[in-house]
Amino acid sequence: MTDRIETHLGTTEEGQMAQEQANTSTTASDVAATSAEDSDAVRTSGGDPDDLNPVIIELENVNVYYDDFHAVSDVSLPIREREITAFIGPSGCGKSTVLRCLNRMNDLIESARVEGGVNYHGVDLYGPNIDPVEVRRRIGMVFQKPNPFPKSIYDNVAFGPKIAGYKGNMDDLVEQSLDRAALWDEVKDKLDESAYALSGGQQQRLCIARAIATSPDVVLMDEPASALDPIATLRIEELMYELKAEYTIIIVTHNMQQAGRVSDRTAFFSVDIQDDGERTGRLVEFSETATLFTTPEKQETEDYITGRFG
Amino acid sequence: MTTQPITAQELAGDPKRRRKETRVKAVFMVAGFTSIAISIAIIVSLAGEAWNFISQVELSALWTLGWFPRRGLYDIPTLVIATTIISIIAMIVAIPLGLGAAAYLAEYATPRARKWLKPTIEVLAGIPSVVLGFWALTFISPEIVQRIFTSSKPFTMLAAGLGVGVLITPLVATVSEDAMRAVPLSLREASYGLGANKATTVRKVVFPAAISGIVASLILALSRAIGETMIVFMAAGAVGGAIRTWNPLEPGQTMTAAIASLATGSDQVAGEGLAFQSLFFVGLLLFLLTLALNSISNRVVRKYRETY
Amino acid sequence: MSTSSTLNPRRATSEEVAKTIKRGGANWKPIAFQALLLILLSVSLLILIVLLADILVSAWPTFRDRGLSFITDGLSLNPETAGVWTAIVGSVIIAVVVAVLAFPVGIGAAIYLEEYAPNNSITRFVDTTVRNLAGVPSIVYGLLGLALFVPLVNIIGFGGATSGKNVVAAGITMAALVLPIVIITSAEAIRAVPNAIREAGYGVGATKWEVVKNHVMPVALPGVLTGTVLTLARAFGETAPLLVIGVATGFFAPAGDASFYDTLTGPYTALPVVVFSWTRQTQAEFAETLAPAAIVVLLVVLFILNGLAIWMRNRSDRKW
Repeated sequence: MTDRIETHLGTTEEGQMAQEQANTSTTASDVAATSAEDSDAVRTSGGDPDDLNPVIIELENVNVYYDDFHAVSDVSLPIREREITAFIGPSGCGKSTVLRCLNRMNDLIESARVEGGVNYHGVDLYGPNIDPVEVRRRIGMVFQKPNPFPKSIYDNVAFGPKIAGYKGNMDDLVEQSLDRAALWDEVKDKLDESAYALSGGQQQRLCIARAIATSPDVVLMDEPASALDPIATLRIEELMYELKAEYTIIIVTHNMQQAGRVSDRTAFFSVDIQDDGERTGRLVEFSETATLFTTPEKQETEDYITGRFG
Repeated sequence: MTTQPITAQELAGDPKRRRKETRVKAVFMVAGFTSIAISIAIIVSLAGEAWNFISQVELSALWTLGWFPRRGLYDIPTLVIATTIISIIAMIVAIPLGLGAAAYLAEYATPRARKWLKPTIEVLAGIPSVVLGFWALTFISPEIVQRIFTSSKPFTMLAAGLGVGVLITPLVATVSEDAMRAVPLSLREASYGLGANKATTVRKVVFPAAISGIVASLILALSRAIGETMIVFMAAGAVGGAIRTWNPLEPGQTMTAAIASLATGSDQVAGEGLAFQSLFFVGLLLFLLTLALNSISNRVVRKYRETY
Repeated sequence: MSTSSTLNPRRATSEEVAKTIKRGGANWKPIAFQALLLILLSVSLLILIVLLADILVSAWPTFRDRGLSFITDGLSLNPETAGVWTAIVGSVIIAVVVAVLAFPVGIGAAIYLEEYAPNNSITRFVDTTVRNLAGVPSIVYGLLGLALFVPLVNIIGFGGATSGKNVVAAGITMAALVLPIVIITSAEAIRAVPNAIREAGYGVGATKWEVVKNHVMPVALPGVLTGTVLTLARAFGETAPLLVIGVATGFFAPAGDASFYDTLTGPYTALPVVVFSWTRQTQAEFAETLAPAAIVVLLVVLFILNGLAIWMRNRSDRKW
């Protein structure tokens, strides 16, 4: 399935272009249309590598096990810089598990074992001498339920940079981060108040501010809007679209419409259930979002997106 | 900010931070293993002197009719019988009171009443045993035991057993109450859905579902009763020695009281003959007995935790 | 109207239905059952009330006649002047030693078991050991103290006039006794910290220690403190192990100008021990009014500690 996508590209940078793209269309509702046009162009041009952003994370035959349980089987896909890549699929298909491989959050589950390569800027994240702590500083994460620290808004944002030994002006950094997370105007007068006083949507934007405060280049989002109401969800989606100018975003979502609205590329995962009840997730299809939603290659994908399954 | 390629070196992290992490972990690990060290220390110190005792004592002295260590009579059954009698009396008090209180609190009490009643029972659980020992001697013995059994002595195993029962009742109540509240609401609803009333639901659904937790609480309470010292030492009498008897209206000496009595009887624990060593022998028996009971109880608790 | 199937019974008349679903006195059994449970609960509480009332009544003459001097007077052979000050000093020193030794080690062990220890058979063994230690009768800890800590205190130079049977050995013994309880209660408090907070910490690139120090422990702290305060209450109330390791159960005269070292290494007593030894005194006043008065002092200390613990627990409830 990946044959259509070139996995090795020159490091020539097309970020400028991406940024312009971002600037020209600022609302989430435009996203699907934009990417649809883009992908059409890509396809008709025969996949000219120069049109594509460079690969920042490359998964090669990733398998995840929990003890003997084979949770995810043989996932290979490239993540491109300054794009939003969505992972979709039914429950238990391993999409969150794959996401958590990317910043070694799976290390926290003792029985978890990751095989295969997760290459970040060409460096294998599971190679020797890699410090997961350093990895997580560069590859930030936003979780399903907003999980601010039970501290002040300011301390929530400042914690990451502080432990990473940030030397600059912390107040500025906090302001920038909150500003980028589109939260500054709402909280600038109450930075010392508890983060728990914020609404759910604000809390999630605070978590995004917290994630970008350590200046990562990739932000992982594990169903970031699933605990929020539709309006707050829309805010988060708009924010993601704005952040794309500077960060590579990978989002796991249950919500196909959301994937269609915000993402540039989509990976569809499914799950095989063995006779003994073991559920192993696998990647079914990976392509530009518009392609995946309009003309999927696999019948399985079509069944899922048309609601016949899952 | 995203353009620079990253080398493996940059992802290796700050070595200072990593070293600190390792040191901190080592410190916590040492703390974590102190409990093992204490266990070993207990076993070694008990077993060492117990071995000295058993290898030097005349074995027939372990089966003579009485525990008079200063006279060289180390009748273990005397202590075991007294421990058994007092524990049985204590359980007779604690099982109905504890389980009744637990069932009422878990199933009938309004949340507001429960909010006050549970801490009150916990207060009862926090009363030091020396207080209950004093009370068993100065209240339970004259006001209850001697009123009912007019001929009985001021020091009786019955008074001590009742005192121990009061001590362990809150333990039974709180642990059983937790077990009953852990029974899922859906089971109760299923019972009500079949037209059962509350009493039937409590007896036929909640009790059986919580039974392992209840049993665990009872074993735990029994272990506590066996290991209780002060109440027995103060209220059951027989300081210095005891005759083998099954009569709860007689004075008696449990394993724990025998240790306390030997340790305080005369100024020096290291008294004549093997008295000092016999302390550790009895201590070892006590340790093994309570260890066995606690292990069973812990296992039962773990099992019922897994069920839900 | 089917007569063959029990699943399809005769239709009830409306009077019958009305009769059964109306509340009525017909079924007395459930009410009796509830009443029985209520009686059992009441008896348990009644015991507590009678106990407290009996002791307060017995203790009253002492407080009426002596007032605060009962608290501030030291040991004496004369019931007119005997007080609990010496015992309070002993108990407080023991509590301080417990706090210094058992709290850091116990909380550290809890952090290790909850946050660091791998989930393997060794960790499970440590966990089981802690649980078993918590169930060891207190008097066995006395034997441990007698065999190990008393000689140890002698070796490190704190033996003094008592050859190690002093308040330092008592404190170490009590610390060993309460250590498993500190570990268990602290571990429970740490376990109750939502995992989302840990994930958030790791997610921004914090190390384990940074997560524990900055996020887990601040949230767990009220629970941990509640546990440690209750532990302190336990240490205040324990008597049996002290008897075994040679606490003074008779009279002794602490020299008025005793140095701190002499206080640490000389003979000592503790609040619950005073209750015990006065109960055994031949002069009736000691058992009849002084011992209950000492119990009141002991219970007041314990109620303060318990109240503190409940207050802390409620504070933590409010936050989460």
